[in-house]
Amino acid sequence: MIRTVLVANRGEIARRVVRACRRLGLRSVAVHSEADRDAPHVRDADLAVAIGPAPARESYLDIERIVEAACRAGADAVHPGYGFLSENWRFAEACRRAGLVFVGPSSDAIRTMGDKTAARRLMAAAGVPVVPGSPETVVDVGEAELCARDVGYPIILKAAAGGGGIGMARVAAAGDLPAAFATAARRAQAAFGRADLYLERFLERPRHVEVQVFGDAAGALVHLGERECSLQRRHQKLVEESPAPNLPPATREGLARAALAGARAIGYVNAGTLEFLLDASGGFYFLEMNTRLQVEHPVTEEATGLDLVVEQLRVAGGAPLAWRQEDIVPRRAAIECRVYAEDPAKGFLPSPGTIARLELPAGEGIRVESGVETGTVVSVHYDPLLFKLVAAGATRAEAVERLAEALERCVVEGVRTTLPLLRRVLASRELREGRVHTQMIEQGAFNA
Amino acid sequence: MPEEIKAHITGVVFQITAAAGARVAAGDPVIVLESMKMEIPVEAPRDGAVKEIRVQEGQTVQEGDVVAVLE
Repeated sequence: MIRTVLVANRGEIARRVVRACRRLGLRSVAVHSEADRDAPHVRDADLAVAIGPAPARESYLDIERIVEAACRAGADAVHPGYGFLSENWRFAEACRRAGLVFVGPSSDAIRTMGDKTAARRLMAAAGVPVVPGSPETVVDVGEAELCARDVGYPIILKAAAGGGGIGMARVAAAGDLPAAFATAARRAQAAFGRADLYLERFLERPRHVEVQVFGDAAGALVHLGERECSLQRRHQKLVEESPAPNLPPATREGLARAALAGARAIGYVNAGTLEFLLDASGGFYFLEMNTRLQVEHPVTEEATGLDLVVEQLRVAGGAPLAWRQEDIVPRRAAIECRVYAEDPAKGFLPSPGTIARLELPAGEGIRVESGVETGTVVSVHYDPLLFKLVAAGATRAEAVERLAEALERCVVEGVRTTLPLLRRVLASRELREGRVHTQMIEQGAFNA
Repeated sequence: MPEEIKAHITGVVFQITAAAGARVAAGDPVIVLESMKMEIPVEAPRDGAVKEIRVQEGQTVQEGDVVAVLE
């Protein structure tokens, strides 16, 4: 039985989890760094605990301080949100050792899927298609050269311990491999403490489509349909929608089947997402699994009418999954965009500062998930996500139109944001026709 | 002529990649800033030797602050 939940996060996702706690009649505990003392998520929660100075390493990433805060506040569960410690198996383990329920999968599942090469091997063994690539990490550039010759250029180098696009490098031809290998290994070492790299064939203009899955402790497992998340910069998403447009029924069913098989193979419990790349011929390949709640979970909620965060808390408390597969159908189309404090005109450079004025839209089919308000200082220490705008409609066209209008009504002053780019994306023919791929933004398809 | 190298964004000094006295080529990173989970290099505007590094790792710098000087 869970009664009090510590939310080990900040910003919009911390507020989202606090709201779910309230719906279930649970007490919520916020944590905050010195920089976030007056943040909205702190006010929202029933109780707040200071956990250290502004740098994330000394506050939101400090396992010991957060577990200690949970125990001191009398929490019996911890929700990690996304980012920070959400995919750190040591954190999940530390919570359990302290007698706290970790709202998420087992630390084993986090650990297994966190090692990207091990995850790929495991998924391939479970019958999930994977991108052709090195079966394991490559020990040196010589082995990388041999492997790349088999896989075929262009290839992409990735950090085995990585995520978020850090340390990735596209290599067009064999001659470029030695230099790219050295750079990627150095970056991986600096960012993750491990220089290990693996390589995969680089798919040209693929789509990124992912499947939301949900399991409970008794072994029930369902999927909640897919999300199209192709519009990205630096391998991080800007626009997501559900259902994915222009997806042949056979591909949609194949994705769902593969996702369930993959999740079942690791006995997955709670909310998770399997990400796939789709090529032009309808082939799909497992990319990675996110063993946590996704930033873009609201598009699935709006499309299905189900509350994922409430269900996360219920299932973590030992309840059986409330949904049967046949009950889960897309009732509406939903689309989300992320407003970041970044300057799209300058290659998405961060734009920290103080929000001098903020106006957020409201209206039929519009949902806003915001972590900021007028006066909020957008700090250099954290992720630049300010808020998410979500629109739902009876048809995809209606949802898109509602989001486009909502974007026009947004006002953010004091920091530069991705709003101008998002407005151009929503007005574009490519988005309106649902013909998007992962390289479009970086290729300048929506430049002013 | 000495030339000042300024930070083009606000961030925390993540790494100093060129020590005082080191030769750098145009485009080489002199320091790397960390801002909003991104690592952003501050590059040498031209070839030359680093005369002075004016920041330390972990220090917060504002956009426009001088971080290093070229000979």
